[in-house]
Amino acid sequence: METKNLETKPKYTAKDFSSDVDVKWCPGCGDYSILAQVQRTSPDFGELKENIVWVSGIGCSSRFPYYMNTYGFHGIHGRAAAIATGVKLANPKLQVWVATGDGDSLSIGGNHFIHACRKNMDIKIVLFNNKIYGLTKGQYSPTSEKGKITKSSPYGTVDFPFNASKLADAAGATFFARTIDREPKHMQEMLKRAAAHKGLAVVEVYQNCPIFNDGAYAPLTDKTSKEDYVLYLEHGKPLVFGKNKDKGIKLDGLQPVVIDLNDGKHSVDDCWVHDEFDTDPTRGFILARFIDMDHMPTPIGVFRQVHKPTYDEEYWNQVEYVKSKKGAGDYNKLMYSVNTWDVE
Amino acid sequence: MAKASKIVEDVTVRFAGDSGDGMQLTGTQFTETTAIVGNDLSTLPDFPAEIRAPAGSLSGVSGFQLHFSSSEIQTPGDSPDVLVAMNPAALKVNLPDLKPGGTIIVNTDSFDDKNLRLAKYNSNPLEDGSLSNYNVIPIPLTQMTMETLKDMELSVKDKEKCKNFFALGLMYWMYNRPIDVTLKWLETKFKNKPEIMEANKKALMAGYNFGETTEIFTTRFEVKAAELPKGKYRNISGNEATALGFVTASLKSGLKLFLGSYPITPASEILHELSKYKEFDVVTFQAEDEIAGISSAIGASFAGALAITTTSGPGFSLKSEALGLALITELPLIVVDVQRGGPSTGLPTKTEQADLLQAFFGRHGEAPLAIIAAKSPADCFYMAIEASRIATKYMTPVVLLTDGYLAMGSEPLRIPDFEELPDISVKFRTDPEGFYPYLRDEKLSRPWAIPGTPGLEHRIGGLEKQNIYGSISYDPDNHEEMVKIRKQKIDNIANDIPELKVDGSDTDELLILSWGSTYGAIKEALRNARKQGYKVAHAHLTYLNPFPRNIKDVLDKYEKVLIPELNTGQLALLIKGRFLKDVIQLNKVKGRPFKVAEIENKIYEVLGGTNGN
Ligand SMILES: Cc1ncc(C[n+]2csc(CCOP(=O)(O)OP(=O)(O)O)c2C)c(N)n1
Ligand code: SF4
Repeated sequence: METKNLETKPKYTAKDFSSDVDVKWCPGCGDYSILAQVQRTSPDFGELKENIVWVSGIGCSSRFPYYMNTYGFHGIHGRAAAIATGVKLANPKLQVWVATGDGDSLSIGGNHFIHACRKNMDIKIVLFNNKIYGLTKGQYSPTSEKGKITKSSPYGTVDFPFNASKLADAAGATFFARTIDREPKHMQEMLKRAAAHKGLAVVEVYQNCPIFNDGAYAPLTDKTSKEDYVLYLEHGKPLVFGKNKDKGIKLDGLQPVVIDLNDGKHSVDDCWVHDEFDTDPTRGFILARFIDMDHMPTPIGVFRQVHKPTYDEEYWNQVEYVKSKKGAGDYNKLMYSVNTWDVE
Repeated sequence: MAKASKIVEDVTVRFAGDSGDGMQLTGTQFTETTAIVGNDLSTLPDFPAEIRAPAGSLSGVSGFQLHFSSSEIQTPGDSPDVLVAMNPAALKVNLPDLKPGGTIIVNTDSFDDKNLRLAKYNSNPLEDGSLSNYNVIPIPLTQMTMETLKDMELSVKDKEKCKNFFALGLMYWMYNRPIDVTLKWLETKFKNKPEIMEANKKALMAGYNFGETTEIFTTRFEVKAAELPKGKYRNISGNEATALGFVTASLKSGLKLFLGSYPITPASEILHELSKYKEFDVVTFQAEDEIAGISSAIGASFAGALAITTTSGPGFSLKSEALGLALITELPLIVVDVQRGGPSTGLPTKTEQADLLQAFFGRHGEAPLAIIAAKSPADCFYMAIEASRIATKYMTPVVLLTDGYLAMGSEPLRIPDFEELPDISVKFRTDPEGFYPYLRDEKLSRPWAIPGTPGLEHRIGGLEKQNIYGSISYDPDNHEEMVKIRKQKIDNIANDIPELKVDGSDTDELLILSWGSTYGAIKEALRNARKQGYKVAHAHLTYLNPFPRNIKDVLDKYEKVLIPELNTGQLALLIKGRFLKDVIQLNKVKGRPFKVAEIENKIYEVLGGTNGN
């Protein structure tokens, strides 16, 4: 299919990406912010509106496509990545985005999530992580912390949570970033970075569900505490955080330790310098583990971005190769490729 | 000494041996050669579910049956005239099927104590007189093959492996077939292993010459070319035919073909086959599971591809939820279910027709879709095209039912000219003027508006939608209306398919109503019964949902209706429920197709000899 030349791309604004459907999330839901940032940054995604497709599964967050004035497909629970894969493979010129919840993509859709990462499909997954099942009214999700009391775990959960960054990394995702619903500017930056990445990109958004899991990320969003809990990752910059930029992270072998930059013994020069493009996944994995460790701040930003051929690109290259060897297919070649005989 | 040649009309042979003996290959080669000679033919491979059952054991027996004839035939034959048994286990497993007085060619070398024990024989059947009612031809196949290859520098094992080609050569001599097709095949197959190629060629020729010189055989047989409709022919299996049908549909429609699938016996070959056709822009996506298979196909359909997903029973179950999604989003999608024995993992390599009700009702909510079924291996080609036509024209999922028997069996296909095949032209909606995602045309189909089209940006999904506009709607009246529209749309397909044809006349005393792969056995039974003077008619359903317009009229004409099925009565249930028609059932759930005789006997039973002789 022919698509319009990008150079003639109209000057879009956020409004161009807003559909006429009433948005129906609960008041105060973090999803509003995600929608606003996506609409705001869509003009910068480098793609014509008609070439953008939003695919989702089921959940509060998965209502997302209805609110975007692009092509959209609201699928079934957990299968968004698989549906998106079909869209992208059938027409690689489309820019395909997935909106999904933590339950949707890490529980019922866990299989599709890891395999999309493994294959490096060129799709962008925005993972709305509210650590709860919103749409079904408040059961624990695979990212809920151990011991979490919910409707389906009145005595606390006994299962261990998934860590999306570890999972994506281990499954081979070529891009992983984390951001927070309450940090619009940061989120915009992450979305643009994901759009520009060629290959599978996961943007995990910590999203507050005021109805069923209010304050799940409060320490990270509360003005008084956030500087001590959030670690902003920037390529080439040392890992420094804290209200007065007085804390740093140093690598002691493979062990990350928090150092006090004012204790006279340490300086910024001791800190681990973030390298997004590190081809060795080890450090990325250590970063991913921060949220599983006590006393470590939560990293926000692009964890890792590496370049690998994408599945769709490799597939269509193979098609071109076969065509160059065999010539374009035609019906007679198809039917007469084996022994045939005539009946007179 | 020239030997006498006896002309026979048709022959059924079965090659049987251990899984490691290369029986499928031997059978396929015999088939290829037979096809080229111009006989009509039908084959039935039969292999164990285990990849490598213990050598020589009863569960490790692999067989390949081939029926060839100088007139038109429809089945691989009820009981073989000739059994080639490579070991005692193969003899034991296959003997019950052999025709009384039939010929058994046995490899005597394998009848040692160990193999006899593995086959659970208490005494050697070649010596204890238990085969006295058969024409047994004992041949030391292994020894003779070794002797033939004694000068070659190959391991004993490699030499021994050539014995199937010795046997094949002998069968070529016996039925007067040329050996050059197989010689040529060996040359390409073992291009990089010249010694193996040479050894197999030698074994093949030695087998042929043995037939010529030995005193054991006094007669050879000749089956003349069949009088088939004029044209160019190829041999084709059901799975191959399904795959080629879809590639053809893609060419006819100008749509890119997309297959999202997860391997499962006996459907995997469709995936294998389609994976070869990259030069046709075919996308084969081997997904992580069946749900991803169908989901990716739905995505591809949304993006404008001719999307299919292929599977068998257990995989079909996994796809149910997504199938409902394709249905409510009204996207074209084809699900091929190559039915096998169930429930659950059941009999993975065996055939059954027991997914009909799952195709009809295996979804939540009111979810009717189109269902069609292939009747023979070659028919799979046409049904794949037909499924594509209906899916794209009516914007609906279509279930195409085939089964293990059709999938693995093969027969000649007259290769149609491209122009002869139905038109499947597809128009995407491009005009934004007055566009709504659930607008409907006179057939009630909605527009196919694909991403990449400016001005048609829209959102669809599994939530109920407002008629025409496509926005989410929980309005009770709208929901009921949408349910009715979706049903009516499928019912409308009845106006676009042929009426049910009856082979027979109104005055016949019994109508056989059938669907799917039982077609061949029924046709042959019908022919036999009529020769006996019985008045039987036959109608075969290719379209199951909707049924052909005139089905009720046809049913009303006959007092007695017999429905043979490889299940416990699924079509029978539908016919009884839908048309309040009492029917007689003939059911078989053994993982095997009907034998002609089974259907014939039922006809005689029902008609009670009243009008026969
Ligand atoms: C097959 C299937 N199982 C269960 C459900 C019920 N269900 C809908 S959404 C959901 C969980 C949603 O949680 P999450 O993905 O975290 O999204 P959120 O609503 O929190 O945004 C469940 C269990 C369903 N729709 N389909
Ligand atoms: S339930 Fe929670 S996640 Fe869902 S819309 Fe309401 S606030 Fe948002």
